[in-house]
Amino acid sequence: MVLSFTERGIYCPAGDFYVDPWKPVPRALITHGHADHARPGHGAYLCTHGAAPVMRHRLGDIRLDTIAYAETRQIGSARVSFHPAGHVPGSAQIRIEVGGEVWVVSGDYKTTPDGLSEAFEPVRCHSFISECTFGLPVFTWEPQDIVINQINQWWAANASAGITTMLGAYSLGKAQRLLAAIDPSIGPILTHGAVEATNAVLRGQGYALPETVPVMPDTDHKAYPGALVLAPPSALGSAWARKFGPQSTGFASGWMRLRGVRRRRAGDRGFVISDHADWPGLLDAIRTTEAENIYVTHGYTDIFARYLRETGYNAQIVATDYTGEVLDPAPDEDGA
Amino acid sequence: MKEFAALFTRIDQTTKTSIKINALSDYLQFAPKEDRLWCIALFTGRRPRRAVTTTQLREWAAEAAGIPLWLLEESYPVVGDLAETIALILPPNGQYTNHGLSHWINELRDLHDVENEARMPRILAAWDQLAPTERFLFNKLITGGFRIGISQKLMTRALARALDRDEAEMAHRLMGNWSPETTTWDALIEAEDPATDLSRPYPFYLAYQLDDAPETLGDPSDWSAEWKWDGIRGQVILRGGEHFVWSRGEELMTDRFPELARLRDFLPDGTVLDGEILAWRDGPLPFNALQKRIGRKTVPKKLLTEAPVAMAAYDLLETGGVDLRAQPYATRRAQLETLCRDLPADAPLHLPPHVTFDTWDALAQTRATARNHSSEGVMLKRRASPYLAGRKKGDWWKWKLDPLTVDAVMIYAQSGHGRRANLFTDFTFAVRDGNELVPFTKAYSGLTDAEFREISAWVRKNTLQRFGPVRQVTPHHVFEIAFEGIFESPRHKSGLALRFPRMSRWRRDKPLDEANTLDDLRALLKAYD
Ligand SMILES: [Zn+2]
Ligand SMILES: [Zn+2]
Repeated sequence: MVLSFTERGIYCPAGDFYVDPWKPVPRALITHGHADHARPGHGAYLCTHGAAPVMRHRLGDIRLDTIAYAETRQIGSARVSFHPAGHVPGSAQIRIEVGGEVWVVSGDYKTTPDGLSEAFEPVRCHSFISECTFGLPVFTWEPQDIVINQINQWWAANASAGITTMLGAYSLGKAQRLLAAIDPSIGPILTHGAVEATNAVLRGQGYALPETVPVMPDTDHKAYPGALVLAPPSALGSAWARKFGPQSTGFASGWMRLRGVRRRRAGDRGFVISDHADWPGLLDAIRTTEAENIYVTHGYTDIFARYLRETGYNAQIVATDYTGEVLDPAPDEDGA
Repeated sequence: MKEFAALFTRIDQTTKTSIKINALSDYLQFAPKEDRLWCIALFTGRRPRRAVTTTQLREWAAEAAGIPLWLLEESYPVVGDLAETIALILPPNGQYTNHGLSHWINELRDLHDVENEARMPRILAAWDQLAPTERFLFNKLITGGFRIGISQKLMTRALARALDRDEAEMAHRLMGNWSPETTTWDALIEAEDPATDLSRPYPFYLAYQLDDAPETLGDPSDWSAEWKWDGIRGQVILRGGEHFVWSRGEELMTDRFPELARLRDFLPDGTVLDGEILAWRDGPLPFNALQKRIGRKTVPKKLLTEAPVAMAAYDLLETGGVDLRAQPYATRRAQLETLCRDLPADAPLHLPPHVTFDTWDALAQTRATARNHSSEGVMLKRRASPYLAGRKKGDWWKWKLDPLTVDAVMIYAQSGHGRRANLFTDFTFAVRDGNELVPFTKAYSGLTDAEFREISAWVRKNTLQRFGPVRQVTPHHVFEIAFEGIFESPRHKSGLALRFPRMSRWRRDKPLDEANTLDDLRALLKAYD
């Protein structure tokens, strides 16, 4: 086996390294900087040039080596390369080849372009380890521009009604993707500290984001009529959020596809937008890898694996500690 | 359907009552009359006749979506709603035609008259003409249950607003046994004299729970108290030589309680009583006895002798065909007593006895003995008050004893429905019996949303075994379960059952071995059953 599944994480014996391990290991290859994939405590890290600044920001002083997309590196008897996963800026699928057999670890991915992340590239392989956070046929996403239009219209309507627009989104990836796509001419954009920290990192890397105003303890919302406030989902409904006065609250997440979840979050609006592949996206990605063996992680693994088996794949479930897209990430694990 | 979908979306994406009322009242002003009537009907729990089964609907939807049926079935519990699951998996609609709400309801009605094989193409054609939200609503017409937080009260307010009419009158008009298939907008809402429906009940007046000290109610002499007997709230109507029995949920229950037909022998025509329907033998029986009668449309003879019912009437709403609701309670009650003065002992009609008191302290002392009177507390009614409609604070209070409680161990969890589909909300609890844990009750309410989220995350990580949607979890967490009564139940492994169990507190401070035991429960049973 090129890769085996251990209690520390996905392990490559030929190269003596792990991919996105959840327990401390000597050498870790990391698909992207979300907290469930990039954990502290490893001896040495390898990730893409694009993922590195966020990793340093989150994990501090770590031993970190970086690599370009598509660049090949020999580690022991394994040949390793990183390929865009389209999940968040800098995110990668990791291709591992040992003695002519190719495995790909998808990390998290989405197949449609979001205007900010490097677009997903299918990689041919024999075995594909795929996430399936949204691996049910009820999850299909509308094109991004339709959802962005909904957000723009909602924001503009709130602005003309004199109320603040509060939008909850993951502070790493989702928030910046929204920033890059929404219409900044509607009004000022205010950001929660967690969102602004990632903004600063990505701006430093040259990603173009519109101007934002970080919210400070003394920020007076009255000075920013018609503002949109971008914050992690957990900040909405808190005392922090209430100081923005009369407001309309929205959440941007794939889970907003479900009415039950929209209602449970008790926001005014739910926007269906995810950094994970939807059902057709997952099936498409799996088909284009031409892999025969599919290992599924994150999400509705048992249902998804059963469906893959029925459609001719050799599919198995891999138990991992990845969390997928969750609605209420704890403050220290804002990611997926 | 576009307008109805827009109305639905406006209501569904807000938690603010004022926005819901605005949206409804707009629709009730501007939509075609047939659509308005159906809108009211659907949101007050009425539904069109069902021409296709939900089994057929699932099969056709899976076929249209090009997925195996089992995959639809597995998706359903995640979504929590069948109509929505189907709307979400279907491919985008190919064409679009904007027909009104009643057009689609008529289409469903017409399906009754076509051959079975012709129904599937008609449903597929409908799906192909409807936008996503409209499709969901169309499916809801078949599967039933528009639960979108529109209470009868809210509907009444919106209707009164839309038509600029009196709220109480609108509430009365919406009561009873109507359906858009048997009436029209004009007859139900606009007609001068709505009294054509003999069976129509009055809107129920609902009491509030008294949480403050009774002293806050003022002078005790302004108040009247009686034992609160717990049965099924109902209205008995004697008009035109017939009788009708209504539940508070506006269900016609006449046939379920044939004993009450005898009331026609004792009471004059033109009488309407308000009270509780109870199982009764020489006094009220525990609620448990009545439970056997609930949900039965027809009653086997054996049950009629085992658990006979009677009406415990505590108010008189109509006498001699005259609406008494504007009269003071004391007057109505006095008339009720006069009416019932010469009843034979075996008549299925009783009056909850007054509890006399001079001071609030005295009443509190009497109340403490409620469980010995088969009662869970006392009802307080302001002597001078009229009979209002709906739940209004001020004149009627239920002053209940504190609930009974036990500390129990959570052993099974199941996810909720609808807005709680992604949370575990239904739990099974056990008490200790030696080294074993014996399940004795389920409970699914009482925690905050944050607590439900926390326990759900815990359940996911601590599942021992799955049985379909049910997960067996590591016995670890202790919860205080509050309940109103306890009774013997051979159907349950523990041999007993609770009335109104709910989680009252998460006892994070209690280790497993401090949870209550089966013997503790048996002791409670002895004391209170
Ligand atoms: Zn991620
Ligand atoms: Zn992930």
